[in-house]
Amino acid sequence: MADAALFEFLHTEMVAELWAHHSDPGPGGQKMSLSVLEGMGFRVGQALGERLPQETLAFREELDVLKFLCKDLWVAVFQKQMDSLRTNHQGTYVLQDNSFPLLIRMAAGLQYLEEAPKFLAFTCGLLRGALSTLGIKSLVTASVASLPTCKFQVVIQKT
Amino acid sequence: MAVCVAVIAKENYPLYIRSIPTENELKFHYMVHTSLDVVDEKISAMGKALVDQRELYLGLLYPTEDYKVYPSHQLCRYGYVTNSKVKFVMVVDSSNTALRDNEIRSMFRKLHNSYTDVMCNPFYNPGDRIHSRAFDSMVTSMMIQVC
Repeated sequence: MADAALFEFLHTEMVAELWAHHSDPGPGGQKMSLSVLEGMGFRVGQALGERLPQETLAFREELDVLKFLCKDLWVAVFQKQMDSLRTNHQGTYVLQDNSFPLLIRMAAGLQYLEEAPKFLAFTCGLLRGALSTLGIKSLVTASVASLPTCKFQVVIQKT
Repeated sequence: MAVCVAVIAKENYPLYIRSIPTENELKFHYMVHTSLDVVDEKISAMGKALVDQRELYLGLLYPTEDYKVYPSHQLCRYGYVTNSKVKFVMVVDSSNTALRDNEIRSMFRKLHNSYTDVMCNPFYNPGDRIHSRAFDSMVTSMMIQVC
């Protein structure tokens, strides 16, 4: 129980720290902070992508990798599974979490909607990092319609 | 027991390669390089066949071959692939003790665990050569047992 709280507090402080040192409060500075957060998440995701599937057998296809993300990765980091996974079978997946642990403390509803993207950048990087270790290049974006439900959209880049 | 251990990245360049009789290092590099083809073949063969589960351990890659300099040694090559397509190749001298499959598997498991620890090190950039001393000492412990 305590482990989950530790990560949540650390994450909140990370976001607060990156926003506090804003010399340029306009959209340029914000993008820098978001990409720093995303970069951190990426490196953590790479390490998790190596450690978590260690005992499982090799993945046969992309959908297996996404299912692994929704189940094992989410449980390891947030102690719950992803609520829904949808795909258009052409390389785009939408992962929906109805009560995202990093947003659940803030409010339920539309109150802090503008602040929400900051708290999702790290997680987007986490997903992208794990996918890249497992051999899939992707682009991950997040969107929030109303807290604490959020959707992560994963677009696989075909090279 | 192990004579040479190599960790090969997804893009087929070596992240770590070390062999025990250091005078014939080039020969081991060449052996590992040729084993990569066999590894790739095994991976793609498993992908096409409709197997429900794919194993990470690939087993004996190449039939044993006599070592030209010391004719008493017989070298076997074993392979292992992780989920992130990082390959471990091990060249084993099987003349002294016949190594059972289980022992090779446990050696690969130790290698995999140490490699995962290296990946989780925040000072390590994925794709660089591995310089970790902990990894080195683990590999040394696997190699030292015969000599």
